[in-house]
Amino acid sequence: MPQYLLLIHDNEADWDAADEAEHRALDEAHEVFNREHADVIVASAHLQPTSTATVVREDGRGGHLVTDGAYAETKEALGGYYIIDVPDLDAALAVAKRLPFFGKVGDAAVEVRPLY
Amino acid sequence: MTTGRRASVAEAVAEAHRKQWALVLAATVRVTRDLDLAEECVQDAYAKALVAWGDTGIPDRPGAWLTTTARNRAVDMIRREAFLRTTIPLLAGDEAGYDPQDGEDIPDERLRLIFTCCHPALAPQSQVALTLRLVCGLTTAQIARAFLVGEATMAARITRAKKKIAAARIPYVIPDSEELPERIDAVLTVVDLLFTTGHVAPSGPDLVHADVISRATDLARTLRELLPGDAEVAGLLALILLTDARRAARLDTSGAPVLLADQDRARWDRAAIAEGLVLVRRALRRRPPGRFGLRAAIAAVHAEAPSWEATDWQEIVGLYDLLIRRWPTPVTALNRAVAIGFARGPEAGLTALAELADAPQLAGYPYGAVARGEFLRRLGRTAEARSAFEEALKTTENMVERDSLRARIAELDG
Repeated sequence: MPQYLLLIHDNEADWDAADEAEHRALDEAHEVFNREHADVIVASAHLQPTSTATVVREDGRGGHLVTDGAYAETKEALGGYYIIDVPDLDAALAVAKRLPFFGKVGDAAVEVRPLY
Repeated sequence: MTTGRRASVAEAVAEAHRKQWALVLAATVRVTRDLDLAEECVQDAYAKALVAWGDTGIPDRPGAWLTTTARNRAVDMIRREAFLRTTIPLLAGDEAGYDPQDGEDIPDERLRLIFTCCHPALAPQSQVALTLRLVCGLTTAQIARAFLVGEATMAARITRAKKKIAAARIPYVIPDSEELPERIDAVLTVVDLLFTTGHVAPSGPDLVHADVISRATDLARTLRELLPGDAEVAGLLALILLTDARRAARLDTSGAPVLLADQDRARWDRAAIAEGLVLVRRALRRRPPGRFGLRAAIAAVHAEAPSWEATDWQEIVGLYDLLIRRWPTPVTALNRAVAIGFARGPEAGLTALAELADAPQLAGYPYGAVARGEFLRRLGRTAEARSAFEEALKTTENMVERDSLRARIAELDG
């Protein structure tokens, strides 16, 4: 069966502004999601905030340039991912719709990408 | 072969192309599981028909003949491929129970094809292009002409969409009942957009646009045949029939557009109107009525009015009130404001238009200024009317519309 990567993008500011109870509620929602989709989830991870990210580029002189920050500086950042194994795109979209969304409506999005 | 016979064969092939392309392609995809290969085989079958039908006569069931020919070609090509790469098993696996005679009608197959083309994972412009290509069988060049883009651009767009169908595995299925309402809406939107593209052609006697209208009409009829219980499908077909019924009256002898107010209603297609009116009643049985049913109902009020002056504008405003609840777009709001002007007088119309003045989506959309100019003209505020028409002139690129606006300004000056 084909595999799909579900990339969870949400607003880091919303996450920082939320209190511990809200953080715990989201963690629990992901645990429920994990249990319910255990048969199709191949891998998953919750990423540390983009403030912890480092980017490595080629500097064009045979060396590398290492900089602080995420690759794309946007309001919505990659917060985590799942790799799932399902028959087709509709099945992948159905799983994506079951993910717990975080923050204001419209601030979070899940990108569904097929893997080779 | 006589010239007459050759002409009737060509006509039969053209008719089969218009009406049965989707059916033949859908049945062939079932064998190939590959859109490109299926398309190639179907094109091949239509080309063969031109010659074969000239020799043997037009078959009783052209769709079945074409389906069998296309599928045989597909099986042939897959076998050859399988032979060349002997490790690959024959793809045509689930052929059990296939009877070539089935080819005449497999409604589910056509629906699958339509839903695949209109999958929300594809960009809206690709949905329309793919529907024209795969469901209607138009060539890339024809589609490019209809949408006023270069052929290379359109070819790239179609290729990208097909690649996405394959790579992301957009399933070749009819959505389940849970998802059907939301997915059928995308299909109806595509057919509506197709019709609009043909209906509001940018001028000139370009045949592709008339062709796009008939493709959209056929597609709406097909959907109606496949989903007879769906009120919105009935609404869409009604909307298309009632709008297209005005075609003969929409242009004057010099090819300039004639406003609805000035059209010779005797030239409207009464048969299309009668059919449309029956369908509108079906569409409005749904509670609450859907957006296509409501738009068709508005078209029906115009169709039933003996003249512009005798139009039931109160009814039209009421229908727009309902429509705006289901479909709150700036253009709907603008049309509603215009209807208010005709129902309650130009002052009321100007007030309703003023409420929309800030909608950013309407900036650069000339019809708001045109309507304002018209209401101002009726109130005798000539100078203001003139500047409203001039404002509209600045925002339209369409030559025919520019000419008509210039004529209205000249009328005010005279």
